[in-house]
Amino acid sequence: MFTSLVERMQPTTDNGRTFARYSGILAVLVVAWLIPNYIATSTEGPLPLFTVVLCAVYALFALGLNIVVGFAGLLDLGYVAFFLFGAYTSAWLMSDFFYQVNPRDPSDKQFSFSVHFLSTASSKIAGIHLSFWIVIIAAAAIAAVAGLVIGAPTLRLKSDYLALVTLGFGEILPEVFRNGDNVAGYNLTNGTKGIGPVDRIGMGFLDKLPGIPSTIVSSDYKTKYYVILLFCALFMYASIKLRDGRLGRAWMAIREDELAASLMGVPLMRTKLWSYAVGAIAGGVGGAFYATIVGTVNVDNFTFSFSIIVLCAVILGGMGNVWGAVLGGVAITWFNYTGLVYIGAQVNKGLGTHINLKNYEFMFFGFVLVLMMLFRPEGFIPAARSKQLKKADKQVQSIETAGVES
Amino acid sequence: MATAERTAPRFKVESLLGMAVLTAAVAWIIWSFSSGPVIFTQVLTIGLSNGALYALIALGYTMVYGIIELINFAHGDLFMLGSVIGAIFLEEWLGQTKSSPKAWLILALTMLFAMAACALINMFIEKVAYRRLRNAPKLAPLITAVGVSFILQNVGILMNGSAPHSRTSVLPSSSLELGPIEVRVKYIVVVAVTVPLLLLMTWIVQKTRVGKAMRATAQDRDASLLMGINVDRIISFTFALGGALAGAAGVLFLEVNQQTRYDAGFRLGLIAFTAAVLGGVGNLVGAVVGGVLLGVIQALNDGAPHFFGQQWTQTVMFSILIIMVIFRPGGIFGKHQQEKV
Repeated sequence: MFTSLVERMQPTTDNGRTFARYSGILAVLVVAWLIPNYIATSTEGPLPLFTVVLCAVYALFALGLNIVVGFAGLLDLGYVAFFLFGAYTSAWLMSDFFYQVNPRDPSDKQFSFSVHFLSTASSKIAGIHLSFWIVIIAAAAIAAVAGLVIGAPTLRLKSDYLALVTLGFGEILPEVFRNGDNVAGYNLTNGTKGIGPVDRIGMGFLDKLPGIPSTIVSSDYKTKYYVILLFCALFMYASIKLRDGRLGRAWMAIREDELAASLMGVPLMRTKLWSYAVGAIAGGVGGAFYATIVGTVNVDNFTFSFSIIVLCAVILGGMGNVWGAVLGGVAITWFNYTGLVYIGAQVNKGLGTHINLKNYEFMFFGFVLVLMMLFRPEGFIPAARSKQLKKADKQVQSIETAGVES
Repeated sequence: MATAERTAPRFKVESLLGMAVLTAAVAWIIWSFSSGPVIFTQVLTIGLSNGALYALIALGYTMVYGIIELINFAHGDLFMLGSVIGAIFLEEWLGQTKSSPKAWLILALTMLFAMAACALINMFIEKVAYRRLRNAPKLAPLITAVGVSFILQNVGILMNGSAPHSRTSVLPSSSLELGPIEVRVKYIVVVAVTVPLLLLMTWIVQKTRVGKAMRATAQDRDASLLMGINVDRIISFTFALGGALAGAAGVLFLEVNQQTRYDAGFRLGLIAFTAAVLGGVGNLVGAVVGGVLLGVIQALNDGAPHFFGQQWTQTVMFSILIIMVIFRPGGIFGKHQQEKV
């Protein structure tokens, strides 16, 4: 009985499943290619291409938060902070913001320099204009550092305090950026007016490939979709590799029992900090990309509800499951941006009512969280480990009850 | 032994830093007072009245945390619902918009109504959402509480609209003049209502049978169960008490600010939670002191000379939360507790 239990806890590595796995990945790639070409071709209806791009961005966010919440078991309610840093990195390094042609006030100090490097912006435009691909690396680095700075003092805390402190950071940062238009006379964030326009993405030497332009124009959501898909795929690969490696096992050990993990020699602080930094990178990259597709960065976009939407995605999909996080992110985002309005319109058309389903948005997310926790805490696609645990629990229970009865 | 040696010098550095911060704060306050004593004192009265509200809400957090170790994120939104329910009851159902002795009586009735409504809502939430998760991993009830908070906010949107809804106050808008200082009657009313409520609360927890059962349940749930205490009912009663205080705070908030908005609960709830942390979570007196302290700090920051101003309120408040949680998680009175194994 116990040997079979132990065997079940081992990761499955037999070759019989390798074929199934690769064909599964191939199927997903085919679907991912079909979506912008044959399914989501219009700008309206149940699946506009813009929503598809956003779905992929949120899938990336969900992948990042999944590392913190799902793998390491640390509840982060301030994930919006990394989104914010990523987006502002784009705004600072890919716009004319730092050359303020029209200062708010004649007495304001000005920055008057311009830097151009592999940018799609015309060299006549002043300001800092770097290549999107460099900005992505910068955003990842800045977000990771932010993750370390926020994490270092707070990760000593118990789980519920940690949630609150991250929430506090998530509330403070937008306010700092809102008030950042007058830091000793310098305007660093442009306050509530926001920064824009953000430069377009240049594809560099990739434009030799068929169908890929040298610069992604603002209406070209198809190419944007491929770019964000690339980031998602990279991050999924990294997530899976990390999960199966030493660090991933340390994260899960901390998630299951922090005290036991530390007794087994897992360095708690360093391991937790890694989860924050890696999770933050996804937030930073997603934020930087988001800034380029939307075109402007405004501090009002960074609210607490963003953190909750991403958390919903992770929980819906299944905490700790990479594919679950992606599917959860896609489902929640589609519902938030298109589904709610679309379904509402269909219902109203069918029944002749005038319900604005958008008014019930918060309730929807709230119920997702509550109902999932009450009835299916492992999510719709549970991680392999929670499945095994559930099975093991049942077996142990049957052993115990058998002992009582005999 | 080794850990004691290692932590000893760090503790010293921290306490020295703490003293330095405190001294700086006191010096700052004196500087602010000396540049404008009248404004400073006037702002202080606003702070005391705000602080009384924070104390009422913070008590709800601290009692629930004390008894089931759950940070009830939804508590702030319950307070918001209290203010909306009070406004609808007072203005739309009973049509009271002017200040008169009759309206004051009806205001007292409104307060009782809002308190009862919030107590019932909170009991219902506990029964439906939290009770089943009492033995689940800690993350589960916490996430559920966030979800409930979102649901309550949506209920607020449906009842109040997504934009702030301005209301009229039935309390006199006049001021008492004490020398050069003007104190608005509303603030006095807030304090005059809060203090008896807090005393009643202390009496219930310290002197009655139910209070004794509450304290026992907070200390050791299993042992209380063995002693014949109906733990489910006691926890439910705790949620009812917390809800009633939130309802009272809601109505007072409505009268002072003459406004109801669906997102009032999120920020104020977080501030009230900060108050609970400041006083030591689980400590009833601490929550009251923390609430008053935070109310005063906020009012000084918003209005007194040489402070940061209103646009930095959240940053100041939540920085206090973060600093307290990191350096003194046991609050200004409490000791840091070791995590239970």
